[in-house]
Amino acid sequence: MTDDLTIGLDAGLQPPMENGEVVFEAPWQSRVFAMAVSLHESGVFPWSEFQAQLIEVIASADAQPGDGEYAYFDHFAAALQELLLHKGVLENSALDARTAAFADRPHGHDH
Amino acid sequence: MSENPAALRAEALESLLIERGLLTTEAVDEIIVRYNERVGPMNGANLVARAWTDPEFKARLLSDATAVVNELGFEGGQVDKLVVVENTAEVHNVVVCTLCSCYPWAVLGLPPKWYKDPAYRSRVVREPRAVLAEFGTEVPAEKAVRVWDSSAEVRYMVLPEMPRDWALEDTDTLAGGVSRDSMIGVTVL
Repeated sequence: MTDDLTIGLDAGLQPPMENGEVVFEAPWQSRVFAMAVSLHESGVFPWSEFQAQLIEVIASADAQPGDGEYAYFDHFAAALQELLLHKGVLENSALDARTAAFADRPHGHDH
Repeated sequence: MSENPAALRAEALESLLIERGLLTTEAVDEIIVRYNERVGPMNGANLVARAWTDPEFKARLLSDATAVVNELGFEGGQVDKLVVVENTAEVHNVVVCTLCSCYPWAVLGLPPKWYKDPAYRSRVVREPRAVLAEFGTEVPAEKAVRVWDSSAEVRYMVLPEMPRDWALEDTDTLAGGVSRDSMIGVTVL
């Protein structure tokens, strides 16, 4: 099983799924995307609220001078976290602590 | 080798949300499979092929694409309102989301990287012909270019023109020739 989701095609006479462009560049990007869709589907937020948050994050990122590679999924993940903080279903302290705990795992930890 | 901070944070987020009963690993996995296998531009390509072969279907698609997509039961939820715009001898249409990345998932899958790029988002509005030329699409001067800005409320898909030398075959064969980029409007067939 591949880690990247490939959806799409280039111009030309190709069956639409055949020459997939990499939409996600790392597994974490596909999981963050799927988390947002799942939370929306289970009624944690309407998609429009997520969209509004994403627009805000991207607008402030667009206003910064560019530093090369455009990190769309960093913005996507930031928007999801912000929205969950606003909704009170997540606290930064808990997320920071869990992230730090995962960072301290011994190398080679299989997750 | 240290782990990618974004990946760590995403993993931490998932584990917290699971702990709090807001997510399950299975639900996340299912959505990834859904978008990998069942939501994609083949859905839009099928609409295009049917529109080319069935004038009545085409009229409905152009007047109320949302209803057509709902009837067909396409997955990919976030299409509140889908509008299909038709390329003709007079008009070439191209779609963008200037603010973020709104895109008709149900018919085109997830957007390609360049669609989300600030360069495409700003330039296609300012200088659409130049951007189209970079995709290899030269629009004749006498043809108008219309740029449609997708939003969370309305998403657009282009109905490309069928090349004159294509035969009106069965819709599966025709759909196989319809590219994603032609339905965003950055290329023609």
